[in-house]
Amino acid sequence: MYDFTYQKPSSLADAVKVLSGDMEAKALAGGQTFIPVLKQRLNKPSTVVDLSKLGLSGITVAGDKIVIGAMTRHADIASNPDIQAKIPGLAHQASLIGDEAVRHRGTMGGSLANNDPAACYPSAILALGGTIKTDRRSIAADDFFQGMFTTALEQGEIITSIELPIPQKSAYEKFRNPASRYAIVGVFVAKHASGVRLAITGAGQGGVFRHTEMEKALSANFSPDAINGIVTPADDLNSDIHASSEYRAHLIGVVSKRAVAKAA
Amino acid sequence: MGFEGIGASVRRKEDVRFLSGKGNYTDDINRPGQLYAVIKRADRAHAKINSINIAAASAAPGVVKVFVGDDMAADGVGGIPCGWQIHNQDGSPMAEPAHPAIATGKVRHVGDPVAVVIATTKQEARNAAELLEIDYTDLPAVAHLTDAVKPGAVEVHDGVAGNICYDWAIGDKAVIDGVFANAHKVVKLELTNNRLIPNAMEPRVALGDYDTSSGEFTLYTTSQNPHVIRLLMGAFVLHIPENKLRVFAPDVGGGFGSKIYHYAEEAIVTWAAGKLRRPVKWTADRGESFMSDAHGRDHVSTAEMAIDQEGHFLGLRITTLANMGAYLSTFAPAVPTYLYATLLSGVYKTPVIYCNVKAVFTNTVPVDAYRGAGRPEATYLLERLVDVIAYETGIDKVELRRKNFIPADAFPYQTPVALQYDSGDYQTTLRVGLKNADWDGFEARRAEAKKRGKLRGIGISTYVEACGIAPSAVVGSLGARAGLYEVAEIRVHPTGSVTVFTGTHSHGQGHETTLAQLVVDQLGVPFDQVEVVHGDTAKIPFGMGTYGSRSLAVGGSAMVKAMDKVIAKGKKIAAHLMEASVEDIEFKNNTFTVAGTDKSKTLTDISLAAYVPHNYPIEELEPGLDETAFYDPKNFTFPGGCHIAEVEIDPETGVVAMVNFTAVDDVGRVINPMIVEGQVQGGVAQGIGQALMEGCGYDADGQLTTGSFMDYTMPRANDIPNMSVATENTMCTHNPLGSKGCGEVGAIGSPPAVINAVVDALKDYGVRHLDMPATGPKLWSIIQASTPRMAAE
Ligand SMILES: Cc1cc2nc3c(=O)[nH]c(=O)nc-3n(C[C@H](O)[C@H](O)[C@H](O)COP(=O)(O)OP(=O)(O)OC[C@H]3O[C@@H](n4cnc5c(N)ncnc54)[C@H](O)[C@@H]3O)c2cc1C
Repeated sequence: MYDFTYQKPSSLADAVKVLSGDMEAKALAGGQTFIPVLKQRLNKPSTVVDLSKLGLSGITVAGDKIVIGAMTRHADIASNPDIQAKIPGLAHQASLIGDEAVRHRGTMGGSLANNDPAACYPSAILALGGTIKTDRRSIAADDFFQGMFTTALEQGEIITSIELPIPQKSAYEKFRNPASRYAIVGVFVAKHASGVRLAITGAGQGGVFRHTEMEKALSANFSPDAINGIVTPADDLNSDIHASSEYRAHLIGVVSKRAVAKAA
Repeated sequence: MGFEGIGASVRRKEDVRFLSGKGNYTDDINRPGQLYAVIKRADRAHAKINSINIAAASAAPGVVKVFVGDDMAADGVGGIPCGWQIHNQDGSPMAEPAHPAIATGKVRHVGDPVAVVIATTKQEARNAAELLEIDYTDLPAVAHLTDAVKPGAVEVHDGVAGNICYDWAIGDKAVIDGVFANAHKVVKLELTNNRLIPNAMEPRVALGDYDTSSGEFTLYTTSQNPHVIRLLMGAFVLHIPENKLRVFAPDVGGGFGSKIYHYAEEAIVTWAAGKLRRPVKWTADRGESFMSDAHGRDHVSTAEMAIDQEGHFLGLRITTLANMGAYLSTFAPAVPTYLYATLLSGVYKTPVIYCNVKAVFTNTVPVDAYRGAGRPEATYLLERLVDVIAYETGIDKVELRRKNFIPADAFPYQTPVALQYDSGDYQTTLRVGLKNADWDGFEARRAEAKKRGKLRGIGISTYVEACGIAPSAVVGSLGARAGLYEVAEIRVHPTGSVTVFTGTHSHGQGHETTLAQLVVDQLGVPFDQVEVVHGDTAKIPFGMGTYGSRSLAVGGSAMVKAMDKVIAKGKKIAAHLMEASVEDIEFKNNTFTVAGTDKSKTLTDISLAAYVPHNYPIEELEPGLDETAFYDPKNFTFPGGCHIAEVEIDPETGVVAMVNFTAVDDVGRVINPMIVEGQVQGGVAQGIGQALMEGCGYDADGQLTTGSFMDYTMPRANDIPNMSVATENTMCTHNPLGSKGCGEVGAIGSPPAVINAVVDALKDYGVRHLDMPATGPKLWSIIQASTPRMAAE
């Protein structure tokens, strides 16, 4: 990595100040994406602002919502009894991210800010209809993800927590890239009182997306058979050495049915 | 203390330091005043180097020196040599193009070194390397075998026509063609053996040091064979006499073949240390490992078997293209010839065999021996071909194998492809394999899986391999430029403890345990009083290192010989001390006794007398108890056996799950059953990796498409099923231990068993063959493309 200055502020305001005042400053959460990028010299920050002293981790149930601090680690989400009971799909999803080491360092805020098109959480947040809280505003999940590695966050804006409505049912099903273990196709399905939301990660050229045709069918009939025969066009899907867009299009059907079966 | 001799599953003593972070790896070694080298590598597969501007890099903070290829050439540094010379069919020698340590004139693969930046910290060297300005003219590149041999293909080396390194053959073409002309039936199979990247856990490291007072060079390196590196680098590259060059390979974290070879970086740091009069260290990062460690396999073959009405094999005819990469690595030319084609008889009594091998240069990383080296390629080809014969003739695949086996009473068995197998019993390993795998119960398991929507298949591979390499005169006549004996020194200390100095090298195999057990067995010295030393040319006698499953069969045999010498000398000393005649002295359980009396002396009594020779037969015997023996094997050893794989395919995704694996191997005498089991498990895991996951990819421009673990699929623990590993051993007849070797059998026997199982699982889809790796998308496409036979019927 290139040399940089390191700061560990103890107030959110200080962190925002540093990050907003310097285009080249970058936030550090669990470092599970950022540190490898630095090691490969793909990024040259002036200052690295460590968010670990801002008190941004923790999980609380607030009425019909669960609020997760941005710095909460994947392992803590996977093992949290409230999440396991109320949003089992999310607990399961967190348990499938990377390996033990990654899960004990990586954070939900970091993952969402990064918006890797093969990352897991974006599918949960979108399907759950969550809200991303930052130092300055609230952003609905539907507005937050704006294409691969692109989000609604402004320069210097820090995610502080994520608010997730508790659905009636939820499940995540992941078809892993055999090498990296990220998602080739990951499907998060959530049944809400208002209807079903189903989001797909790993597959789309523009990152995570909702499958509205499936959502409609599932809102009418929440069973795997309801989405039989729904064909996803391959045109806007990723194609790489691990999976062609046609294979991904096919997997979306298979994996979605499995997710619904698990949730139903 | 329990039983710790031959046959005991003693826990590996080296694991304590490995698992507690106390290993002494090359990168753990640091020398005073050490500098750090970063190698600037080609980012393209084929290009002319017009100029390299080093000015900015040289002026960067902390930089001590920048060297380019011309600097080494101007200093008289030689190219990286090849250790083996193969001859063409017409008798002429293979093409052996120059391999400069740092490229001069052209770069020929992504990762080819272009310059080295040496600075006081690694960070500074990295920073400066980014300031090098290299002006290239890109040339068209060729990465794939079939492209490289096309007429008009771009030439990797000027003057190497058609990219052919050699065109070699074994067998008589006219005779084999005659067999095929008269055969009842010919079964033909075209297949590839996928290219693999070794990925040892520890990346390569080299640290060169120069002692200004003694004028001695030291190279600390991640090597499987320090003496070979000393010989090759000293004699051919840097012209340093061996008495002034020490090579030390301390703890090494895995090699699988990739750390056998003499690599450019070793020469670069040693040479630079001499130039700069300071130690210079280079440590590969993982990305460099992908593009600079020698790769493995990469064959394209056509195989044909002529058979009679009953399915007896009459003749085997093969043509193989073997990828050498851009330059010849140390053992590369031997792999697809003497380690591959000579094994094509397999476990079968095929009377006539012919194989033509063309070794081909491409703009890719050099390819060399990788766990199994040539034998996995031969085994995969044969065992796939046998299954295809069964498929085409309708003969049961087990029956077909049985009827063509070399029978147990036919040993020693001379194959038509040079090797003479000394022992084996293929019917027994097959019988036990079928039983352990519950072969007969398979159809019920298949039916049960079908109910769950899964396609279950079973596959078998019956194999033999040739290891314990190798008789020096034989390999010499085949083109080896080195001998392949082994050496051991047994030093009994005055107090009776023992240090073993072995010429073999342990990089995960557990020699410190296994070899110590030989001493426990033969000299009766307690296990914890035996130390095994390896890897340092300043300590050990000139040995050839570890590869080709040779450490026990060859290195252990040298130890046996050296211990025989210790005992023989001990008896003379004992005879003197106990006033008896030497003929009456017996040695057992650490004790010398006078036959028929109760007089006895322990080994410690004897060793003490040997080093404190007050009462000693000094007229006839030298003091000391320290013996060295060299052992040149009389033949290769021939482990073999039966591997059975069971898979389940998810037809909706094409993904294969390994559900059962059974190995029954004949490895000769077993010293430590637990270590043997671990070696077989590890080898099988690598075989499963090759069969289902691994595959090094290059695009048409010669860019590596699998240059990191994000894209190169390594098998993980949860990809590997619980295995049933057993041995059914026949003894090697020509070495004193009877041991054959177990380090590579897993990687050799398993890939065809897995692919045979995958093909079996897809039998309703009309699949005759598919190439490795059998990935989800590949199988899904196959399933999509074919309507199940049963559905159509
Ligand atoms: C081997 C491996 C396997 C992995 N497998 C998976 C997988 O299967 N599925 C998956 O989803 N992910 C996977 N990951 C990624 C992992 O989940 C990361 O933890 C995650 O993507 C980033 O979170 P982090 O806390 O580590 O963030 P960092 O790496 O520290 O930061 C990532 C980016 O987000 C920014 N950032 C961090 N926190 C905030 C914040 N609160 N507000 C604003 N910006 C912020 C940083 O500036 C940086 O740009 C894997 C990673 C590794 C190393």
